Amino acid sequence: MRWRDPLLLLVLVLLLWEILYLLVGDVALRSPAATARNLGAMLGDTRFLPHIRETLLAFVQGFAIAVVVGLLIGVPLGAARFAGEVAEPILVALYSIPKVTLYPVILLIFGIGMPAKVAFGAIHGIVPISIFAMNAVRNINPTHLRTARVMGLSPSALAWKILVPAALPEIVTGIRVGFSLALIGTLLGEMFGSQRGLGHLLMQAMSLHNIERILALTLLLVVFAAGVNAMLLAVDRHLHRGLP
Amino acid sequence: MTSHVVLSGVSRVYPGKPEVHALGPVDLELARGEFFAVVGPSGCGKSTLLDVMAGLALASSGSVSFEGKAVKGQVPPGIGVVFQEDASFPWLTVHDNIAFGLRQAGAAENEVSAQVGYAIEFMGLKDFARAYPAQLSGGMRQRVCIARTLVLKPRLILLDEPFGALDQQTRLLMGDELLRLWRETGATILLITHALDEATMLADRVGVMSARPGRFLDIIATGWPRERDSTIVSSESFGRLTSRIWTLLRGESIRALGRA
Amino acid sequence: MTRTGLVRASLLLFLVGLLEILCRAGVIPNFTVIPPSAMAQSLWKVLASGKFTPDIIATLANVGIAIVASMIAGIALGTLLQSWPAARRVLDPLFATYYAVPMYAFYPLLIVIFGLGDLPQVAIGFLLAVMAVIINTLNGLDRVPPVLLKAARVHGLGFFKEATQIRLPYAAPYVFTGFKLAVAYSFIGVIGAEFITSSRGIGYEISFAYNNFDNAVMYAMILFILLLVITVNMSLHTWEKRLLARRRRA
Repeated sequence: MRWRDPLLLLVLVLLLWEILYLLVGDVALRSPAATARNLGAMLGDTRFLPHIRETLLAFVQGFAIAVVVGLLIGVPLGAARFAGEVAEPILVALYSIPKVTLYPVILLIFGIGMPAKVAFGAIHGIVPISIFAMNAVRNINPTHLRTARVMGLSPSALAWKILVPAALPEIVTGIRVGFSLALIGTLLGEMFGSQRGLGHLLMQAMSLHNIERILALTLLLVVFAAGVNAMLLAVDRHLHRGLP
Repeated sequence: MTSHVVLSGVSRVYPGKPEVHALGPVDLELARGEFFAVVGPSGCGKSTLLDVMAGLALASSGSVSFEGKAVKGQVPPGIGVVFQEDASFPWLTVHDNIAFGLRQAGAAENEVSAQVGYAIEFMGLKDFARAYPAQLSGGMRQRVCIARTLVLKPRLILLDEPFGALDQQTRLLMGDELLRLWRETGATILLITHALDEATMLADRVGVMSARPGRFLDIIATGWPRERDSTIVSSESFGRLTSRIWTLLRGESIRALGRA
Repeated sequence: MTRTGLVRASLLLFLVGLLEILCRAGVIPNFTVIPPSAMAQSLWKVLASGKFTPDIIATLANVGIAIVASMIAGIALGTLLQSWPAARRVLDPLFATYYAVPMYAFYPLLIVIFGLGDLPQVAIGFLLAVMAVIINTLNGLDRVPPVLLKAARVHGLGFFKEATQIRLPYAAPYVFTGFKLAVAYSFIGVIGAEFITSSRGIGYEISFAYNNFDNAVMYAMILFILLLVITVNMSLHTWEKRLLARRRRA
């Protein structure tokens, strides 16, 4: 029963796409079926796979750095109340600036290539992860901490049995958001200044007016991003069950 | 005297498995200008009765008429309702809250100011005209809601436990206010309350409801003079009336608790 | 200023000062980052010369269009969906995954459909912003207490009047949160798109300056955007707090 609504949505989206295609024509679109076929062909093409590898490699590294650095920044700021208060508006401001604006600076520092792409993804992911982690730690119910002290828990038991479970749901939400943003960052970096990777292929296809390729790549990226996000969302919701 | 409001065989059943028989059947006639109170145990359907009478809910069976015309699913003009929860609009000042209905009706701005000014004076809100509801106490917010209803000069005023959230002293004083309002406007009033003393003190007639599904066990006339205030609580007949109502109500309340 | 504000201001001043010293001392080479004072000087020159004013106006105009369009569409769609629970339920997975999808991936597609003018950039800004407005409008409308809807019926208000005079005013603080996000997303969308490919605008000029090794102009424009966006967002934040203060229990 729960599958009925998402399925209906999927059908609606495909229908809308098909109708749009019929209206606009081959000059600017391809049908869903044709795009799926093209994508299949592309995935089977050996010349294509190195680009997927490049993007994935950049993304995974950028995301990993975002998680580690984000937590390293967020958790202490959540624990130290005053530091958190000072830092919060700065983090929020960083969250809302178009980080694209900093790309040239990153390119100047790292030069064109993999390290720059990793940095792009990382800076996009670090800010939300740190903000969510900070709030997660900050909002740990003090009553839990007092109870733990009364029960005489050791510091490591306190951390593992109380702090981590309490903070985990919000941290996971932050990681989920960071995942999506890191992906966007990696992609954006490839579109802006790179000779390899899916983002670069996308820009190349655009300048060559290769509509099949544009759509196939867009479809691949959307399915990948939406799919992983859906899985992370399931984990996120599971952790948040029973919480207000 | 023609009746102002007539309920005939009214009941309300909520569909589902199992169905919930919330109210009725109820027969009730309100005379024009009378003050009628409804008391009953919690969950007996008092609020449902008010909703059906106002046209906020449809009766599952039976008929409702106001001033001779049927009431069905829409609130007829001339009816004002004061709800149990705070219905003041938090984004408007006290003045604009009270002016709301008049402005909706397209009244001229100077007319609006005059009427609203009078209502603000009448309800004792003069110092707070420019304040926002969030800055006021619960009792004052209810006064804003009453003023907002008042200003439209309704001929029938329905109040659903309007003083429920207030302390006892404030309730007694608000009761006096309500009597003053009643005499001043000449409107027919239906007041729902869980407080026996409030019902006995304020009303011309008190309808005692049974536990769910609510039906009138009895309708008791109090016989008070029109010019009354809260000091009648010290009279002998007050005690007799209240105990008579409680005798009826006690069994129902126990039954309601058992079901709850 | 509060104590936290003072500490924060000192922290930021310290960091900027540190950057200045490191740049002037040559620890950070000038072809990578120029000193903040040089950035500010260059920005002043750039603004005074008026050479980039058309670009600035173009970008701001596009951002403005994206904001207005996303607010109108977002509030309308949010109000509509709130009254149509079945449609809302079906679209729910879309709300959950929308911001996970790299919106810029659609940029080439938009260019192919709409051509190389300003429309694709405004479209990206709009697409990013509109969902935030919808989600926050829905959030606010969900919170309207049922008693207010009853009061609306007592006053004889029909659907349209109830929505515009009762439900949306009640939800205004939440709609304002949506507005804050719409502003931020419109900037991000439009400027990001300008970077990827465009023929004018602030993003384009930064990209151009980068490609031509003109660090002075590049950093001036980057500084401009950062200052502009931060100022706008902070003002909105303060305005939001003041609006909410009226509603909060004293």
